[in-house]
This record gives sequence, structure tokens and C-alpha cells, in this order.
Amino acid sequence: MSQKILEVKNLTKYFKAGGKQVVHAVDNVSFSLEKGKTLGLVGESGCGKSSCARTVIRLYDPTSGQIILDGQDITHMRQKELQPIRKKMQMIFQDPYASLNARMTVRDIIAEPLIAHHIIRKKAEADEYVFPMLERMGLSKEHANRYAHEFSGGQRQRVGIARALILQPELVICDEPISALDVSIQAQVINLLKDYQEEKGLSYLFIAHDLSMVRYVSDDIGVMYLGQLVETSTSEELYSHPLHPYTKGLMDSVPVADPKLARQKEKSSIEGDIPSPINPPSGCRFHTRCPYATEACSAQMPDMKEAAPGHWVACHLYE
Amino acid sequence: MEPVILQIENLKTSFFTSNGEVQAVRGISLEVHKGEILGIVGESGSGKSVTSMSVLRLLADTAKIKEGRILFEDKDLTKFNKKKMQKIRGEEIAMIFQDPMSSLNPLIPVGKQVAEMIQTHHPEVKGDQLKQKVLDLFKMVRIPEPEKRYKSYPHEFSGGMRQRVMIAMAFANHPKLLIADEPTTALDVTIQDQILKQMRNMQQEFGTSIMFITHDLGVVAELCDRVVVMYGGLIMEQAPINEIFDNPKHPYTLGLLASIPRLNQDKSKRLVPIAGSPPDMINPPKGCPFAPRCPYARNICAAECPEFTKISPEHSSRCWLLDPQAPHDHNPFAK
Repeated sequence: MSQKILEVKNLTKYFKAGGKQVVHAVDNVSFSLEKGKTLGLVGESGCGKSSCARTVIRLYDPTSGQIILDGQDITHMRQKELQPIRKKMQMIFQDPYASLNARMTVRDIIAEPLIAHHIIRKKAEADEYVFPMLERMGLSKEHANRYAHEFSGGQRQRVGIARALILQPELVICDEPISALDVSIQAQVINLLKDYQEEKGLSYLFIAHDLSMVRYVSDDIGVMYLGQLVETSTSEELYSHPLHPYTKGLMDSVPVADPKLARQKEKSSIEGDIPSPINPPSGCRFHTRCPYATEACSAQMPDMKEAAPGHWVACHLYE
Repeated sequence: MEPVILQIENLKTSFFTSNGEVQAVRGISLEVHKGEILGIVGESGSGKSVTSMSVLRLLADTAKIKEGRILFEDKDLTKFNKKKMQKIRGEEIAMIFQDPMSSLNPLIPVGKQVAEMIQTHHPEVKGDQLKQKVLDLFKMVRIPEPEKRYKSYPHEFSGGMRQRVMIAMAFANHPKLLIADEPTTALDVTIQDQILKQMRNMQQEFGTSIMFITHDLGVVAELCDRVVVMYGGLIMEQAPINEIFDNPKHPYTLGLLASIPRLNQDKSKRLVPIAGSPPDMINPPKGCPFAPRCPYARNICAAECPEFTKISPEHSSRCWLLDPQAPHDHNPFAK
């Protein structure tokens, strides 16, 4: 039996949006992540994938539902109780420019978690941890005394990754870790993350909108739309047999880096914009943009059903 | 081949900063033909945006076109004064930027902003006729409920809708050339797909030529007829679309293609990144700018920048490995 590092059950996160309005950012989302594996979350901006990740790591307090990290229920833990647990879960952010303190040296940035978690007492002890980590990230110890602005975007992201990995976490949440980087640099960072996972057996919750990259790094994938999971499956199965009309449309929208294929491909594009999460559509939330929508779709919200072994989809077409 | 509408000859543009001269564009020559979509691909700092800003003369005050000619329908734009340039912009050459929020005025309703664009160049169009023209444009770019949306402000629009307004504005005066600088980079794939389709439709409707700047090879594959690959302020390779993907002849192009996962990528295969990072344009490398990152680089590459080798009439590449005297071992282009 493989062990689960993370189990999320019926997670819901609403934000107040002034007056009586409520943003339904994450609505009744359930998934689990096995040790040493990668779960990808994909969807358009505003679908709740980042809110979901931030709630899981308890940067936000969940409205309802359950978060179980390595067998321990962390849903209602107070910040003080969470402190020792944060060592197990770390986060890599999208923007390598905004997520590093401009006034700290790279050494201090990477050493800060060590001090916060009392692994070292003085900054002077940091080097024995920081230097090997820098080298592991393809940087060198000469970089330790420099400031973030002296680095390129790709190098900064390596510093951000070093900071996340220095505590040897078991779960790392990667929130669009490569979308701010140049194409030629993206692959460097992805290879680094994959190699480290193979070495240490940690798990990633990988959030991105680049579907081909998500497929490449993930074992399993969840597709989110307007705060809800609409389809989950292994990444191979999802890409070879997408079931939900939204998943199909999303995949067809990805530009194919092959001019001949790109031009002969019949596209089932998705029309229109994602609706507001303040007043999400009734029934299936995708019905306003779905080419197959029927009356049932606007009346009733479809449940997640197992359409094929391990392949779950929430769509009235598969009932 | 269709006649040339824009010809750039040996363009050199630099920024003069307190740290020294940033040589952003170091001598590029290219042409855009009538009715074609030319893709300009490169990473940040390759000089692709500075090239387009040079064409429209929208450069910052610290920048200067040092050398070269930009011929638009045989008139040299580098010789035009401000007033003449203003007449060209928006009328004959239009532009769409990456971030539609910062290109629209937040205090003016979008309909009025598009109307202004028409009126600046055609003061005779007024009143209802003007409004009707804007509404027609909104319909063409498929903005729902154009009548209602005419009075909306930019912040009431989503990113995709704002970019539609920008497209409507860009095509308002039926320009001969459209420069699109990463117009879909800030958008979701679903919206990107809609916008690209819209641009292609408008291009076919009006026969506009497009210079499309992007870093996304997927977008290039979907949209462009021909591609120019830039690196370190120089053109590395240019070729028709199929040639670039089927028969790339520059190590940088090879590297770009190998570093993106395909949707059917074998997951056990590692991605092949391009090692290192782009050059510092204050002190650009003396030889080939890609040499410090090139897995095939030899001594000559760092010493001297190669000239273009013609692979076919429309396909040329700047690489020493294509030299007839280049050694055959460790050479991906050796026959």
C-alpha cells in the first residue's frame, strides 16, 4: 500500500467580497496525493487552483472540509500548533522577483527557514546547509553573499526553490513555478525539481496553466473549473482520453508546436470568459460555455463519477 | 512572393544607461511581405521588442537608433519627424501590446477610445456614423452586447475582452501593417485561442501584414507563415514555418525546440534545457552571442560572429557549423 502524504476532503474556501457577496473560490474539492508523486492542478486563471493550494498549506483558513497531512488533521490547527508542521510543507512561488526579499543576501534567504525552525541557532552555522543546497541547485557558494537583484529570473527561482527545499519538506506546493521564466530556462528548473524528487522521494502539488508541462511533470492531474474539480485521472489517461467537455476544450486550446498538426487540427474551442465566482452558474458551472449543455446541466450539479478505473469526471454526459 | 511592405536594413538600436551602452539590437535585417504573418521569436533580452519599438519609433528617451534604415513602402521611417510618424501610427501601422490594461486609458469608456482612434486620422467621420463604425468593429472582434459595452470602462472588462478592444482599435483604420508584441502572453490558453483566431480572421479580411512577436513556439506554429529567430540582438535563423520545425539549422533553434515538452512527450525522457543564461548586452560576446551556451561551440565561435549561410532561398542561418569547412564530428548539421 502506498502512503498518502496529503488528503483533502470536501475542501471549501469562500472569501467575503463586500456586503453579503461571497467569492466561491474553492468549492467542495477532494483529492489525495501519494508519497513521492506529483499531482498537477490545471485550469484557467480564477478557477481556484492557487486558492486551493494556499488553503491546503493553511495560508488561508478553510471554510469547511478537511486537510490531512501525513495522517494528521491540520484543518483546524492554530498557527502555533502548525509551526512544527510547516517544516513538512513548503511552497515555491510564481514570481521570483516578488518572492525574494531584496534586502537579504541569498545566504540569509535560504537560511531563514532553518532559523525559524530552530535547526540552527546562529546565522554563522548556516553555511554547512546553504552551500551544499546552492550547489545542488546549480549555483555556487560564491553566490551566497549576493542579493537577489544580481541574479537572472531563472537563478532567482533556484534560490526560491532552495529556500523551500532546505528543510527537507515532504510536500512542496509549486504555484506556477516556471511561468515567469523564459522557455530555455523553464526546462532547467523542471529537471531540477524532477531530479530532486527522485532523490528524496518528496511529493509535489504542481499548479500551472501550461498543460504540456503539467502532463510532463505530473503522475495525476485534477482539472479545476470555477472552484470545483471537474475531472481527475492519471496524467496519461487524462491526455489520451479526456472526458469532460471543459478538459477537451482546454487541451484543444493549447497551441501545438508543430505547424502541420496545428493547422489540420479540428478545434473544439471554448467560447467566452470564465463566469464570476461571486454568482457561479447554477447546476454544472461550465454549462454556460459548454457546447453539449442540456437542460439538466443548468438544473442540477453533476456528481463526481468513476467513468473508468481511476478516472473521475463530474459531467451529466457520463451518467 | 508578395511585394515587401516593411524592410529593415542593418538596424542598430542602443539604450544609453548609467551603466553603459546596452546594445539591444545589433544589426538586423528582415522584411515583411504583404499579407504575411511574420513571427519573431526570442527570449527576454533578445531584442525582439526593441526591434518593433524602433519601427514605430516608440523607444524610450534613453534609446537611439544608431544605424540602419526602416523602409515602410519604400519610405525611410528613421528620417520621419514626430508629426509624420504620428500620422503613420494607428493609420498605416498599428500595434497591439502585451498588457491590454496598461495600454487603455482607465478614465475613458472603451467605445470612446476606439472612436478617438478613428477620428484622429479621419476627422470627417462624426456622430452616429462614428459610433456605428465602432460598434461594427466591436461586432467583428465579437465583443458581446456592443451597444452596452461601448460605454464600459476598461476595468469592467476581462483581460481577453480588453485585448479584443485593442484589436478593434488596431484594425480601426485598416492598417497595412500590424505589430503585435506578445498579445496573448498574459491570457489563459482558452482566451489566447480565441484571440489568435480573431487576429487571423481580421488579417484575412483586411489583408493586413502582421509582425508577431512571441516567445511561444506553439503560437508561432499555429499562426505564422515565416519565422525569424532572434538572440542577443541578432537574427540567428530565418525560414518558412515548416522549415523551422522540420529542418532547424541553428543550435539555438534546436535548443528551443528541445526544451519544450510536446503534448505527446515521452515522460521518461528528460527535457533538454539550454544551459546558462542570456548574454549581458552591455558587453555582448565578441563572437556568436549564443556561443557561451552552445553545446557545439568551437574556438572560432567565441572569436568571430559568423555570417549567414543560405540553406534555401528563404532559409538562412548564422552558424559556423554550416561553413563548408566545418568539421563533421560533433556537428548536428553535417551531412
